[in-house]
Amino acid sequence: MLTYIARRILYVIPILFGVTLITFVLFNLVGGNPVYQKLGKHGSEAEIQLLSKELGLDRPLHEQYLFFLKQCVTLDFGRSWSSNQKITDMLSNGIGASLSLTVPAFTISVLLSILIALGAAFFRGTIIDRGLVVFCLAGMSISMLVYIIFFQYMFSFRLGVFPITGYDPSLAGRWTYLILPMIIWIVVSLGSDILLYRTIMLDEIFQDYVRTARAKGLSEKVVMLKHVLKNAMIPIITNIVLEIPFLYTGSLLLEAFFGIPGLGGMTVQALYNSDFPVIKAMTFIGSMLYVFFNLVSDVAYAIVDPRIKLE
Amino acid sequence: MTVATATMNQISTQTQMPKSLWADAISRIKRDKLALTCGAIIIFYALLALLASLGLIAADYAQTNPQGFSPPSPDHWFGTDMFGRDVFMRTVHGTRIALSIGLVTSLIAIPIGVCLGAIAGYFGGKVDDLIVWFYTTVDSIPDLLKIIALSYVMGRGILSVYVAIGFTTWVGLCRLIRAEFMKHKSREYVLAANALGASHTRRMFVHILPNVFHIILINFSLRFIIGIKTEVILSYLGLGVEPGQPSWGIMIDDAKQELAQGVWWQLAAATGAMFFIVLSFNIFADALRDALDPKLRNK
Repeated sequence: MLTYIARRILYVIPILFGVTLITFVLFNLVGGNPVYQKLGKHGSEAEIQLLSKELGLDRPLHEQYLFFLKQCVTLDFGRSWSSNQKITDMLSNGIGASLSLTVPAFTISVLLSILIALGAAFFRGTIIDRGLVVFCLAGMSISMLVYIIFFQYMFSFRLGVFPITGYDPSLAGRWTYLILPMIIWIVVSLGSDILLYRTIMLDEIFQDYVRTARAKGLSEKVVMLKHVLKNAMIPIITNIVLEIPFLYTGSLLLEAFFGIPGLGGMTVQALYNSDFPVIKAMTFIGSMLYVFFNLVSDVAYAIVDPRIKLE
Repeated sequence: MTVATATMNQISTQTQMPKSLWADAISRIKRDKLALTCGAIIIFYALLALLASLGLIAADYAQTNPQGFSPPSPDHWFGTDMFGRDVFMRTVHGTRIALSIGLVTSLIAIPIGVCLGAIAGYFGGKVDDLIVWFYTTVDSIPDLLKIIALSYVMGRGILSVYVAIGFTTWVGLCRLIRAEFMKHKSREYVLAANALGASHTRRMFVHILPNVFHIILINFSLRFIIGIKTEVILSYLGLGVEPGQPSWGIMIDDAKQELAQGVWWQLAAATGAMFFIVLSFNIFADALRDALDPKLRNK
């Protein structure tokens, strides 16, 4: 077990190394010269040279890569090209707003979908279950952007229940601005979550131990809650752990649309400003969190289920 | 000898020949009315897309009119947009763009996923380690950031949408194909092919591939959903097709200012068009999976 965990942890290193390599190739080789993007078409020769030097783009590629690698290791990504703020400061400023939006929304949507999925599994094969599946698929067939546009129009513009956009950084004041984005997050994630959890639960329902539980005369309610749900929780929790890294970016679309100054909105802004260092930092940190939570879920799984070994 | 043949004949007439996987799948789908309807809707959209790209229908989609934002009327079924262009025709042309994204990204992603997955699963060892490292790395970068980064460096336009989605969405298929090849490579039929002197390439692509083809087919139908939905998000971020093009993403993005002015028809048309095709692909892919993957049946 310990060797498995040790090997699994060591495996993180080549993966993160690969991420830096891909990010670097994407932005520094394929992306063309960012100086032109920054200066526009009218930069003079002298300006271009000055800026290239300032940004370290006149150095040979391997030096630039090593510099980027150093940034990733120390988690110090330098300064933003557009606002000249330190990127570490930008990250610590934005994370609060992002998490205030995503953590409550994520928690509610997970609990709600587990509950509904349990109901669907209970009524499996009946018209209620079939209807729910089609309803979820229908909900998933509408673009998130449409939900955002429609909900904002309906609840903020027409009914005036929520503010249209904006944000209040104080801890108490922010919620009025966050409720509508949260509702949209929940509505958008319910469909796919319910279907996923329903499939996981149905996987358990046809197992032998469930038949045994029924055979010894337990009621369907007890079977569902004590046996099926308990065993289904393992894959469900794994799935939840794997979704956690995405919470830190908040939601690119929701934050950009509602003017919430979180990391997602920051990324979209960086995109509009050709702010490569910010996008690179976000990409690397996003990948790092993903790799980390993947590790957590694998190790947790190996502890719960000793049959799993690294192949 | 003759007695034996006679009994054999008797047996074969008495017991029904077992159906092949594909014949069984087709008969299952034929019985599923909902899946058939969805298949018909997909074919209908494909037909619209084909006719539109040949210029046979909705050819005047770019025709502007001084009077913009006219509501739905017999002249313009779905009304007109800001520049007085016919929303119905734009929606029909949107079908062409939407389906082309699914198709072209499949042509990029499926070969990558299948080849890498087949090589990794079949050969194992160092090659497998390398490929697994590669796809795990690609997979570690959050999807949306990957797609955004790639389409960002490629610039705006339909080509960059194809490339960005195509080169980033092969990992799932690669994983499945690798796992299947690992299972299949030591099966008897592959060993028999080996004994007959079939080369590695032949064993991989002539013998094993047809047996895992259903996975590719299911993945193919799911790719359209990813393509259509991603295009909308890219359009919102200003990374999609050129603004003048009649894609559903552009239409929905345009609508974010229009709704407050009471102009709902462009949003409704694009959303409706998208809804039916994505829902059809969702249900059809589900039916396909049930029909082709016996392990998932009765769920």
